[in-house]
Amino acid sequence: MNKISKRKLLFDQSIKGKVGTTLPSMDIPEQKLPNSDYLREEITMPEVSENEIVRYFSSISQMNFSIDHNFYPLGSCTMKYNPKLNDDIAALPGFNEIHPLQDTETTQGALELMHHLQILLAEITGMAGTSLSPMAGAEAELAGMLMIRAYHINKEDFKRKKVIIPDSAHGTNPASAVMAGFEVVSIPTDENGNTDLDALKSVVDETTAGLMLTQPSTIGLFDTNILEIVKIINENGGLIYGDGANLNAILGKVKPGEIGFDVIHSNLHKTFTQPHGGGGPGAGAVMVSQRLVDFLPDPVVTKTNSNFNFTKPIKSIGKMGAFHGNFGALVRAYAYIRTLGKEGISSISEDAVINANYLRTKLNDTLDLPYDRICSHEVVFSAKSIKEKYGVNALDIAKRLIDYDIHPPTMYFPLIVDEALLVEPTETESKETLDDFIDVMKQIVKEAETNPELLLNAPHNTPNKRLNEALAARNPKLSWRDTLVSD
Amino acid sequence: MNKNYQSTYSPNTAEIKNEMLKEIGVDSYEELFVDVPEKFRFPNLDLPSPTSELDLKIEMNKLSSKNSIPGEFSSFLGAGAYRHFIPSVVKQITSRSEFMTSYTPYQPEVSQGTLQAHFEFQSMVCELTGMEAANAGMYDGATSAAEAVLMACRINKNFTVNIVDGVSPLYTDVIKTLTQASGINIEHKDLNTVLAGSDEPPACYVVQQPNFSGEIEDFDKLTKISKLNNALLIVITEPMFLSMYKTPDHYGADIVVAEGQSFGVSLAYGGPYAGLFACKKKYLRQLPGRIVGETVDKDNEKGYVLTLQTREQHIKRDRATSNICTSVGLIALMSTVYMALQGKMGLKYLSELCYHKAHYAAKKISQLDGYEIVNSNFYKEFTVNCPKPVKEINSYLHENKIIGGYDISSKSQNKMLISFTEMNSKEEIDNFINLLSKIK
Repeated sequence: MNKISKRKLLFDQSIKGKVGTTLPSMDIPEQKLPNSDYLREEITMPEVSENEIVRYFSSISQMNFSIDHNFYPLGSCTMKYNPKLNDDIAALPGFNEIHPLQDTETTQGALELMHHLQILLAEITGMAGTSLSPMAGAEAELAGMLMIRAYHINKEDFKRKKVIIPDSAHGTNPASAVMAGFEVVSIPTDENGNTDLDALKSVVDETTAGLMLTQPSTIGLFDTNILEIVKIINENGGLIYGDGANLNAILGKVKPGEIGFDVIHSNLHKTFTQPHGGGGPGAGAVMVSQRLVDFLPDPVVTKTNSNFNFTKPIKSIGKMGAFHGNFGALVRAYAYIRTLGKEGISSISEDAVINANYLRTKLNDTLDLPYDRICSHEVVFSAKSIKEKYGVNALDIAKRLIDYDIHPPTMYFPLIVDEALLVEPTETESKETLDDFIDVMKQIVKEAETNPELLLNAPHNTPNKRLNEALAARNPKLSWRDTLVSD
Repeated sequence: MNKNYQSTYSPNTAEIKNEMLKEIGVDSYEELFVDVPEKFRFPNLDLPSPTSELDLKIEMNKLSSKNSIPGEFSSFLGAGAYRHFIPSVVKQITSRSEFMTSYTPYQPEVSQGTLQAHFEFQSMVCELTGMEAANAGMYDGATSAAEAVLMACRINKNFTVNIVDGVSPLYTDVIKTLTQASGINIEHKDLNTVLAGSDEPPACYVVQQPNFSGEIEDFDKLTKISKLNNALLIVITEPMFLSMYKTPDHYGADIVVAEGQSFGVSLAYGGPYAGLFACKKKYLRQLPGRIVGETVDKDNEKGYVLTLQTREQHIKRDRATSNICTSVGLIALMSTVYMALQGKMGLKYLSELCYHKAHYAAKKISQLDGYEIVNSNFYKEFTVNCPKPVKEINSYLHENKIIGGYDISSKSQNKMLISFTEMNSKEEIDNFINLLSKIK
């Protein structure tokens, strides 16, 4: 198939009369249809045959990089292997076919799994309670911040309007805090990559509701001042929200609950391997300390005698979705934890941290290393010197990696590092893969010196060269119908 | 820690790791965790031992079999999640690891598959809803509704919201949760009160079509509401309904949201599903979530990118339109493949088939002693007044391998909401009605 026809939308391939699937028979007497004023005349959808549809989607899928095909060291995203076993278990009819509103007496197997998963996640994070209902990390963040809000209001403490967030945080943190009704105060990171304690002390006061902290941080470092930070916030009556995006780094090595966190969420699609699906679905379990247990989202699964039930915590912030979370993702997370067990879960962080430090050590003289210390599961490099010397930037390096079949690292994030390249190898990559990556990176830097055009025009072998994002935003074409209108 | 443990998912053996540690310049992995306060380092982890694939499959088979499974049981349960047939192609395509194990398409040159599929999805959602613009999907129908409310408040700079009676209580709960800290005042009103107008218009009216009890809201009344004042009309609806009935733009909708699950997505005990979200183009800059746009590359070849990203949290942080990041790419793909397969004729036929089955059943049930159909105008789902409490009826049905309807009783009523799809054969429906007739 040539490149052009592969790109032709289904809508443009449509030919009247083609059929995509067989239809069930009308096995009941036809009933009187409503007045035609109520009915649509026709629905515009592609008319394409089944085999053509299969070929179309199979063809376009091959324009993707994916974790099953490529090294995907996307910092902060934990792109690790997604075990196939988990998909099979989630597809069992007893899990995949059941209706969310069935009487819970008829879904005891599902509730038992959820109940056990709640316990396992609370144990892993050192927390007192779990709700599995948020449907992604950002929704879990919102749930956590709403709980912190409800906690203060419940104590009739209405002055706590402020949430402190380090400048290295994910964008979802400030966005979630605002949705939870707070004002965001940003504080800087010090030159060692820790939270700036003086800055923290200067903004914390009796209006502080809490602090949102990612540990290890988005620069891949565990904050050595963590106990001091917790103390400062707690002394001022605030609570600590832990963003669990980087939980992969600390599984079995430290429990956020034990060092004083009040909330931590887990992106089950990162740490616990729900496949990312080209942008979801995810799942965002949220775990809390004892003082927030009554505020957890509705529902939590409880056990009375040998019966499992959905229960609404007495001061619950409410429901996060129509039903009770992304169950399919929960099944996968559960299967993953059970497969690995105690030994396997601890080995994840160990292997992930070794892999990241190996890259840090081996690429130390190739790229700038803004924080030259032992890192966690990811390492942030900078292309600042290369940019100054050869006129190519982090984006160019990232795009050139594609020509070597490697997915680019996260670029230009965290925002506090110039020309950032945030590399997270994960525990599921072999030393051979890392050595290849190291060689490729050295090669690219050499190319930057000798033939910068190679980088500036990269990638070279993809279905599209660099795309014009400004044009897309200036003249939005967001549907097939939009493309029919000439410019 | 068992030193002999080797995870199947981690390729580096103890020997290789030792070699790497040497390169790093430390003697043991423990030294890599020195930044963690010593007192809290390496806690005890009380988890079960590792389980083999075979053992886990046996255990999970057993556990999942404890549930009563629609398919083994006949099911007439709907109320926002519906059991429709899913052609094999849907699972085959969405199981492809190129789609399943890729990340959000922030690097467009290596994500054209996902981006092009999202573009098809947006196009199909526009056709289905009659709206001009759609995003690439939200978590579910209920969170779509909540985001629509927040969007309307931003557009009209007004924080009063009217939820019209008939909106699913499951959705109302989620709207309340997600807007509780945004200073929004939610008022519940019936349709006729809204029609009478008010001196201070709200930011939006939220209606559900068909409503939670299955009733199709009067198109003319909705049209009038849409023209009352500058408040936006948000319509919560359902894709199978849209395949047969006039689209919400015909009665003045500004934003249309829906649970997309009916189209190619398994019930899966409530998720993951995909929320559909579409609106008039003039509101585009306030649209939450991910949007794919067409553009060209350096060689002037057509391609797709994530666009209008300045609305999103990774750029705008505390001033974003929403905090949403991970959404539902793979689920949206399921619905995309489903719509492609059903095509123009299939969607209409299936939708009518559901209609005929529901209306056939309603006619028969209305002839039973003690039963009464509450609705006057409905689609594939309706409410029945029953002679006994719904719990009692459902328990009897369950003994006879049937999952009954949803209990929407309040106080002394015995109201059951029942739903019909192409999955309910005539034989199944007749058997269900026969059993109902035995309860008096």
